[in-house]
Amino acid sequence: MTDISKSAALPTGGRTVKKRDSDTRMRRRYAADKRFRLYGLVAICLAIAALIWLLASITASGYQAFVQTHIQLEINFDASTIDPEGTRDEKTLKRADYAGLYKSAIREAFPEVRNRRDRRDLTRLISSGADLQLRDMVLSNPSIIGTRQKVWLVAADEVDQFAKGAYDPNKPESERPFKDKEIAWFNTLRSAGALEKQFNWSFFSSGTSREPELAGIWGAIVGSFWTMLVTLLLSFPIGVAAAIYLQEFAPKNRWTDLIEVNINNLAAVPSIVFGLLGLAVFLNFFGLPRSAPMAGGMVLALMTLPTIIIATRAALSAVPPSIREAALGVGASRQQTVLHHVLPLALPGILTGTIIGMARALGETAPLLMIGMVAFIVDIPEGPMSASTVLPVQIFLWSDLPERAFVERTSAAILVLLGFLIAMNAIAILLRKKFERRW
Amino acid sequence: MDATVETEPGTAETAATGTDAAKISARGVDVFYGDKQALFGVDLEIPENQVTALIGPSGCGKSTFLRCINRMNDVIEGCRVRGTILMDSMDIYDPTLDVVQLRARVGMVFQKPNPFPKSIYDNVAYGPRIHGLCADKAEVDEIVMTSLEKAGLLNEVIDRLNEPGTGLSGGQQQRLCIARAIAVSPDVILMDEPCSALDPIATARIEELIENLRERYTIVIVTHSMQQAARVSQRTAFFHLGNLVEVGDTEQMFTNPHDERTQGYITGRYG
Repeated sequence: MTDISKSAALPTGGRTVKKRDSDTRMRRRYAADKRFRLYGLVAICLAIAALIWLLASITASGYQAFVQTHIQLEINFDASTIDPEGTRDEKTLKRADYAGLYKSAIREAFPEVRNRRDRRDLTRLISSGADLQLRDMVLSNPSIIGTRQKVWLVAADEVDQFAKGAYDPNKPESERPFKDKEIAWFNTLRSAGALEKQFNWSFFSSGTSREPELAGIWGAIVGSFWTMLVTLLLSFPIGVAAAIYLQEFAPKNRWTDLIEVNINNLAAVPSIVFGLLGLAVFLNFFGLPRSAPMAGGMVLALMTLPTIIIATRAALSAVPPSIREAALGVGASRQQTVLHHVLPLALPGILTGTIIGMARALGETAPLLMIGMVAFIVDIPEGPMSASTVLPVQIFLWSDLPERAFVERTSAAILVLLGFLIAMNAIAILLRKKFERRW
Repeated sequence: MDATVETEPGTAETAATGTDAAKISARGVDVFYGDKQALFGVDLEIPENQVTALIGPSGCGKSTFLRCINRMNDVIEGCRVRGTILMDSMDIYDPTLDVVQLRARVGMVFQKPNPFPKSIYDNVAYGPRIHGLCADKAEVDEIVMTSLEKAGLLNEVIDRLNEPGTGLSGGQQQRLCIARAIAVSPDVILMDEPCSALDPIATARIEELIENLRERYTIVIVTHSMQQAARVSQRTAFFHLGNLVEVGDTEQMFTNPHDERTQGYITGRYG
């Protein structure tokens, strides 16, 4: 408004005043433009910083879980302990006292330890799961009975944590769980080359355990796999079929409007509500087993359906009507039009939506708690009907445990889960790129 | 899909006007989009092996009428058609008639070239394949070649039949669409402003093609270009506000129209 008053006040110099005003206006416009871009840039930088922080902190606390401290002992596979009658009968071999083998081995390594209590603490340097390791060795190769073998055994979680620097040896002894004598043994073992960190295969190959050094995520991964399989097999065909019907065939009336509104609402329903539904319907009414991937997959399928339906409808409606007209125009039936022309063009969008929906289902915890997938299950699930847990629930369970060694395992499991999610999203992008067609 | 057909009794007196070679005759065709009436009692005879041009200002119902002839209006939500359209004395709105069969006999070319995002070959072969017009690969090849030849496109695409049809120029795409339409050997070809998205040279080629196709097919063309109507058609029908105002031989329509609205439109006073 200033330019008008100025030019009115200065009728003779009106032109120059106007010119100067337009210059300031232009400068202001440029400045506003620049500010606007800057806001966006700042927002993106904040988001990236938050993401990097998150990943860095999880990685920092989790990467240690991928290595595990092992202790090398010379085990005497004493025939009189393992198989006193010399029958090599599998039952006898299974029942033998393998814990005694590693306990006597470590006492042999430290003959100076005499005190009864110290001797007990000494054997606790080795994980209590070491007897299973020895048993498996003997069962797979009974010929080692009667020989002496150098064997790397899993160290107890306290040893592992000390090796990873979790306990400060300069603190007063009473304030740390790893005492002076244990530190001395530790140093002896390490200087003898009988203690080292090895890649933690068992983290990827075993189920969960009360002992953090033995706990792995394979059971949870297999459980997640069965659950996702059930979810995909249910939600993909049902969702795509529903979306095709609603988008391509259904008449537009009050009923279809109502259905559409409700599908959109369902997509926003908190996931735990689906868990309650699953508990009431699938478990209590249909009598599916608790903790089974079948029930979990069905619940997650319900949760994923709206996502898939909405994505599929969006993909279908993005196919230009001229393609439908072209197909109908050469005499294709409605079904041929959809199957031959519309669906192939919509496929990248449908697949992307499905994978995003599946990724969301893979990360879902709350509804699975309601149907009992939160149980402590050591065995690797054998199929969709056997009791199991899933990765996010495993993370939730571990985060609740007091042992320090579970902290890094929790983070490591999160890293694995994030890895799966990133892989799924990458597949979604690749599929879209591969099948995308111009028209 | 909600197009309901209400045949009024007594409108089906065939060949009343006595045009001996009428391929298609429409009697009292009313079309409604929801509550809005788009066509008011259109009576029109379309003679065989001639080009009939439908002209008129935008929104006058000429495209609507065109799409009645192969029942493309069926797919428009809330569209209803009343009246009778006979093709070879057969009511195309007979509920027992198979609309797929009808569209195989009445091909259509659209305003914007809309080839399928497939190869040139597959674009043309699609129709014959779904209608079972060919028993083996050799027959498909033959249909594709003759259709492209008839559409005047063969020489330009002979060495790139497997490239996508969407990679052609606009005029070539439109001729590909014509080839696709004639591959299912229709009797009638409907063209809805086929040249409106093309440059003058491509337009000239399409017009030439229409002239050649006239020998074998009955063609109905909607156009906004008066010159085009005058050049390609033998008969012209002028639509205005949903009414068929006047129909006659093109020469007579452009030189000596009976209705003053036709006169006004042709001389460019409105429209």
